[in-house]
Amino acid sequence: MSSSSFYGVELKSRLLLGTSRYPSPAILERAIKASGAEVVTVSLRRESGTGRAGQAFWSLIQSMGVRVLPNTAGCHSVKEAVTTAHMARELFDTPWIKLEVIGEADTLQPDVFGLVEAARILSEDGFEVFPYTTEDLVVAERLVEAGCRVLMPWGAPIGSARGLNNVYGLRSMRAHFPEIPLVVDAGLGVPSHAAAAMELGYDAVLLNTAVAEAGDPVEMARAFALGVEAGRAAYLAQPMEPRDMAVPSTPVIGKAALGD
Amino acid sequence: MRIFLNDDMHEVAPGTLAATLETLGFGGRKIATAVNGRFVAAPARPRTELADGDRIEVVAPMQGG
Repeated sequence: MSSSSFYGVELKSRLLLGTSRYPSPAILERAIKASGAEVVTVSLRRESGTGRAGQAFWSLIQSMGVRVLPNTAGCHSVKEAVTTAHMARELFDTPWIKLEVIGEADTLQPDVFGLVEAARILSEDGFEVFPYTTEDLVVAERLVEAGCRVLMPWGAPIGSARGLNNVYGLRSMRAHFPEIPLVVDAGLGVPSHAAAAMELGYDAVLLNTAVAEAGDPVEMARAFALGVEAGRAAYLAQPMEPRDMAVPSTPVIGKAALGD
Repeated sequence: MRIFLNDDMHEVAPGTLAATLETLGFGGRKIATAVNGRFVAAPARPRTELADGDRIEVVAPMQGG
């Protein structure tokens, strides 16, 4: 299966996995392995002088040899997101940043105005920005103008497990940006959602809660890997067009004449 | 002087960000810092003098989605 490229980094796996909300570090480790993900998302949070949780988590991620994509989760302003991105770049030693500027508390919908502004500031400062955005084409165009070379539209609100809320919009985005790597980020619940995104021609999917909060996160990670692979293979195999009326799959010619 | 580290108030001797972090148990740790909302890179900590009332943010790697 062909690889995908994000800011010049070739990846074989088209599944990017979040590291949050797992029942234990051991299950997180096994889920990452089962998913085959080469990129995991990470974050940063306050830590006390006596706390060691962050250091232990970082040791685990480092031991797995995966690439990290730090996020600016929880940031509601451009200033907050930009400062967080700078802290993340130093902490994780990567120019990659999953840029989130949250605009609405109930849906965690991106503040696309702040997102474009923050993307411009960070791109000019050498960051390689992965913007968490909507499927709005005008916003996407602005993000590309701001320097983004990857776009990450939501499937549905973060953690909602609703799948692809706007298939038409996502299909339009794929058609509109044939050269930009596109990742469906957020809202996926089951592997068929991931397969559907890949069948649209998306380059990858990013998910977290659907695996972490499954009854068996390790098995669900494996299932998502299979869903992503199936969807990608189907896209490359060029699915037939849907049609309104039935067409017999068994040839009619040569059928025995048994009726009146 | 009084400083606020991750919103907790501390009485510390006047000094640099690097020295204060060392005093408060962050020596050798994988952290990133900001003072009064502005990022302070690790190499700049030894030359960043703190002032009374400064608000310091100290963050570490954490799980994320």
